[in-house]
Amino acid sequence: MKKYLGPLSKDNPVLVQTLGVCSALAVTAQMKPAVVMALSVTVVCACSNLIISLMRNTIPPRVRIIVQLLVVSFFVILVDQVLQALLYDVSKMLSVFVGLIITNCIIMGRLEAFALSHKPLPSLVDGVMNGLGYGLVLVVVAFFRELLGSGTLWNHPVVPASWYAAGYMNNGLMILPPMALILVGVLIWAKGETRSS
Amino acid sequence: MRKHNALLDAIDTFLRTPSTVTASGSHIRDCVDMKRIMITVMIALCPALFFGMWNVGYQHFIAIGAPTALWSCFWYGFLKWLPLVVVTYASGLLVEVLFAQWRGHEVAEGFFVTGFLIPMIMPPDVPLWIVAVATAFAVLFGKEVFGGTGFNFLNPALLARAFVFFAYPSVISGDKVWISGADAVTGATPLAMVMNGHPEAMPSTWELFVGTIPGCIGETCKIAILLGAAILLFTQVADWRIMLSVLVGGYATAFLCHVSGLCPVPGYQQLLMGGFLFGAVFMATDPVTAAHTREGKYVFGLLVGILAILIRLLNKGYPEGMMLAILLMNIFAPLIDYCVVQAHIRRREKRLSQPKTAAR
Repeated sequence: MKKYLGPLSKDNPVLVQTLGVCSALAVTAQMKPAVVMALSVTVVCACSNLIISLMRNTIPPRVRIIVQLLVVSFFVILVDQVLQALLYDVSKMLSVFVGLIITNCIIMGRLEAFALSHKPLPSLVDGVMNGLGYGLVLVVVAFFRELLGSGTLWNHPVVPASWYAAGYMNNGLMILPPMALILVGVLIWAKGETRSS
Repeated sequence: MRKHNALLDAIDTFLRTPSTVTASGSHIRDCVDMKRIMITVMIALCPALFFGMWNVGYQHFIAIGAPTALWSCFWYGFLKWLPLVVVTYASGLLVEVLFAQWRGHEVAEGFFVTGFLIPMIMPPDVPLWIVAVATAFAVLFGKEVFGGTGFNFLNPALLARAFVFFAYPSVISGDKVWISGADAVTGATPLAMVMNGHPEAMPSTWELFVGTIPGCIGETCKIAILLGAAILLFTQVADWRIMLSVLVGGYATAFLCHVSGLCPVPGYQQLLMGGFLFGAVFMATDPVTAAHTREGKYVFGLLVGILAILIRLLNKGYPEGMMLAILLMNIFAPLIDYCVVQAHIRRREKRLSQPKTAAR
């Protein structure tokens, strides 16, 4: 059980393995796209883990990367179509980054490191957990970026108007990608401190 | 008490010389320690600061149409500057002391200059909480996370300004912020006038040089800055190579741009506008973040000057090219040094192998 909970904290794909940072910077300006992105990656990661695990004994090792890519891109296209059908505005906001899930190192990493050598059910759980571990970081970063950068959460204003009247201003840097990098860095730093102590 | 060693030590060594400094020894040719360097820089900043205080008041009284007596101008500017500097030191030192406690090292003197510089590169009316946030950000992410004074690769004072510039652009750009206490009066800086296509509204070269123009507190008076430069050069605290090459690079670029019609004002006026000279003297010469090798300093300075003018002219959204140019080159300084050192090594290897081949 502990092995599967690892990705949430001790073995977090973003904070400890520093994988998937690129998309963590791109989609975390607001909560909503971050959550949608987190769920998309979770779905893709879990499903492709499951499929690759089912196929693991029949894939010739020399072409396994191509097979993995095919499976992952199949699910990415599926997720993309679903998002365009049901959540068109968020899909617009995420733009290319849904398609770029294919290149997310977390997914390839889990396929290589776990699904190729484990049974389907544990692979599925591992995929879900890694997706959630990634999503957790996304949501935390997006929480601070949206709160401090736009004064809203999930598009609802949370900073009272009286604050603005008193001179408070939204931090424009929070909306820009550099601040996402710094926030992810702070999370990695905090993680490292708790780990070493 | 031991737990708060860092704090006590900081108070103890703020101005007193601790007994651990080498007191004698003829073999030690240079006993200038970091604190003396920092205090020299602060002294060199004083002319620009005093003029800046006066100018803040002068611009204010001109804008509201009041008489501009020397002392009332000065007093007005002083009262504008004082809260800024108090807030800067409080916020920056808080972060420094917290880190020093946590990491178990001493509070370094580096922040005294940073804290002195930050109010000088802010508009007079910038909200104090923004200054506090920017200072804390700069000290934390510009310096402490990399290991404190001496390990930072970005100039912390400029980082604080860049933070304000990108996070709260309305308080530090545009033409409403440069004259204190007069919101209705638009006082564009000369730089902004040129960039927005009103070169005819430009003050004369003499005004640019003396500094009776709107702008950040410390940057307007070129005479005072040159005086500071003289102090820095005389005491050899700053490197003349960097200052010279920044000016050469900036002037050459501005001259070429003027000749080619890209820039409506002559090259020398570009150097007198905005924070160019202040940056060249006090920011680019930061001993920590500039290039360290001799040849590297020329390259560093030239590129700072060239980039500053290019950013000004080519990107109308960012009139203050000097800040961005210096920060960018700070990032490249280690690379420049690396190349210079590698070139040295190659040259020496060559020299070493030559006699052998000659003998053969």
